[in-house]
Amino acid sequence: MRHTISILVENRFGVLSRVSGLFSGRGFNIESLSVGETLDPSVSRMTVVVRGDDLIVEQIKKQLNKLIDVIKVIDLTSEEFLERELVLVRVNAEPGVRAEVLRIADIFRARVVDVTPKSYTLESTGDESKVTAFLELLRPYGIQEVVRTGKVAIARARKVPTKAEKRAERKPAGKVVGFRE
Amino acid sequence: MKLSGAQIIVESLLKEGVEVIFGFPGGVILPIYDVLYDSPLRHILVRHEQAAAHAADGYARATGKVGACLVTSGPGATNVVTGVATAYMDSVPMVVITGQVATPMIGNDAFQEADIVGITRPCTKHNYLVKDVKDLALTLKEAFHIAATGRPGPVLVDVPKDIILSEASYHYPETIYMRSYNPTYNGHPGQILKAAKAIVKAKRPIIYVGGGVINSGASEELLKLAKMTHTPVTTTLLGLGAFPEDSPLSLGMLGMHGAWHTNTAVSNTDLLLAIGARFDDRVTGKIEGFAPGAFIIHIDIDPSAISKNVRVDVPVVGDAKKVLIKLIETLEALPDRSNLKERRQWIKQIQEWKRTHPLSYEQDDKIIKPQYVVEEISRLTKGDAIITTEVGQSQMWTAQFCQFLRPRTFLSSGGLGTMGYGFPAAIGAQVAFPDKLVIDIAGDGSFQMNLQELATVVQYDLPLKVAILNNRCLGMIRQWQELFFGRRYSHSKLVGGPDFVRLAEAYGAVGLRATRPEEVTAVLKRAFAIPKPVIIDFQVDPEECVFPMVAAGASINNMILGKAEPKEPKRLLRAVK
Repeated sequence: MRHTISILVENRFGVLSRVSGLFSGRGFNIESLSVGETLDPSVSRMTVVVRGDDLIVEQIKKQLNKLIDVIKVIDLTSEEFLERELVLVRVNAEPGVRAEVLRIADIFRARVVDVTPKSYTLESTGDESKVTAFLELLRPYGIQEVVRTGKVAIARARKVPTKAEKRAERKPAGKVVGFRE
Repeated sequence: MKLSGAQIIVESLLKEGVEVIFGFPGGVILPIYDVLYDSPLRHILVRHEQAAAHAADGYARATGKVGACLVTSGPGATNVVTGVATAYMDSVPMVVITGQVATPMIGNDAFQEADIVGITRPCTKHNYLVKDVKDLALTLKEAFHIAATGRPGPVLVDVPKDIILSEASYHYPETIYMRSYNPTYNGHPGQILKAAKAIVKAKRPIIYVGGGVINSGASEELLKLAKMTHTPVTTTLLGLGAFPEDSPLSLGMLGMHGAWHTNTAVSNTDLLLAIGARFDDRVTGKIEGFAPGAFIIHIDIDPSAISKNVRVDVPVVGDAKKVLIKLIETLEALPDRSNLKERRQWIKQIQEWKRTHPLSYEQDDKIIKPQYVVEEISRLTKGDAIITTEVGQSQMWTAQFCQFLRPRTFLSSGGLGTMGYGFPAAIGAQVAFPDKLVIDIAGDGSFQMNLQELATVVQYDLPLKVAILNNRCLGMIRQWQELFFGRRYSHSKLVGGPDFVRLAEAYGAVGLRATRPEEVTAVLKRAFAIPKPVIIDFQVDPEECVFPMVAAGASINNMILGKAEPKEPKRLLRAVK
């Protein structure tokens, strides 16, 4: 099954290879991986998408937690979450089809970021199915190059606050950046 | 006051209470050795860096303190990798300081450069490359903290030459807080209550103990729990010594070369209480056949050890000692405490199994049986000696026929199974306890993997003993070839192996030899009386095998008890434990 794992880590050199080593050591291919700073510049967030047996992924999560540089591991798969990916695609746009390509871009709310007489470079964001559909529709025109960022994901906020959250509202506490407790 | 990186390292080691460091000098760490020249920190010069790591490991296992070793960049660093991996697999607290080429040279294939942080990433608990001398003291503090706390393990600190030479103001932090590293020590009370209720209900319980009990110093609590609940205790290889084997509740070791009655008891138990053990494949055999139908409680400080191999009913994450204290309190508070009568039957049943299938071997009056040597060592030392082993038959016979009564008296490479571990580990133990009898029970194959350390024991006049069970072959390999490869003894004979007596003498140690069974006791007594390093060459039966045994991948109750055509028992059938 596919797991989207969000990992808060110390923003230091070498952390990425420690994290990726746990996957590669078991012969797991990471489908996508993105890393960026959080509000606190000493903390980075990694979003890892990986396919694998549930038990093994569970074991990897425990071992991720064991890494000294890892602050927190959350498997978003078990809760409701939003995921987005940004894609840059350079597609052939010969004079006869330029309008068609633009219309497809329009439908997907993609933006034109670069133009030549024979091509468009488009930027689009969305979840996996949207990005895939976008690329499939562009494919007949001839895609020259695709660059994807890998997925980033965030858990959906609860619509109704829990008791703990109500308590926390009354008594604000500075906890780990970027995670609701 | 400003100190150089080299001074900071030595000062910090002293601050950490390090009494001795095992090492070998080299190009980039010369400035550190220069500081050591007139430092109170004791340094033991080994003859190969692998031995430095094993000696630090042996020191750590024997004392419970963090072992420390110091080696140079490149080959010095790569030579310690086996020692680091050994310590990692067996959760031994250790700090390894390696030199590195100067920061601007890193990645340039400089002379004696190796990416040791990259190489040891999967076999250390954590490792560091220090890139600023101002971080050095804090890094060392963190290294010792990480090595010793939680599930212990080796931590490597790689220090480039320019960091060793540059200066910084020195302040060694007293305490430390790391937001990303907070091991759980106290077990969850709800889980402990669940465990206690299950223990009271059980009819045929077994306690299965690993090295975690020794690491946590929980032997006393374990004994109390076993007595109070009338529960037999079996240990893993690394758990030997955690529970006194002269207790009627002791079942000795389980697993691949465990006693038949122990494995049978585990196969028939209805409640398995695992403490500080990790359900290693050498213990469980085929997973489906391991304690089938048992309710499993697992106490471990490492959450990733729980439900890794075997599904667990009640996990308790925490320090073994703290959890056991709580568990005992919880049990004492429960109204109905024990199915004592039922358990008496269970214990009687196990005794009966033990009587019909004791650990045994055939004594011979012409050739020395290796088990006999081990038994005599056990009888003469009465559990007071620190015993180290190499890996293979000698290790398994020691586990089977030597009686361990106290924690930290048995040092052996369990997880990684490193041949050549026992001799340098004995050096570490002897350095820690100069007045104790330290014995490495070795095979002729394993001993030759680190025999260069004879020079070290002579230089520092360490009076340790090496009992070589010399069968002129790689015994365990030969055994597997005999049992599973149609007696095709491919490259397992050690032809032309050295004359160990003359070898010892060449190094300036004492060499003794026994070739007949009646000489064994006298030679051992003589060796123990000599206050110098002694190598004893026991010329043992090369065809002896370790039994009982579970074939790889079989269930642990499916044991091979002996060779297919047993010879008539010649003299007496000995049974210990």
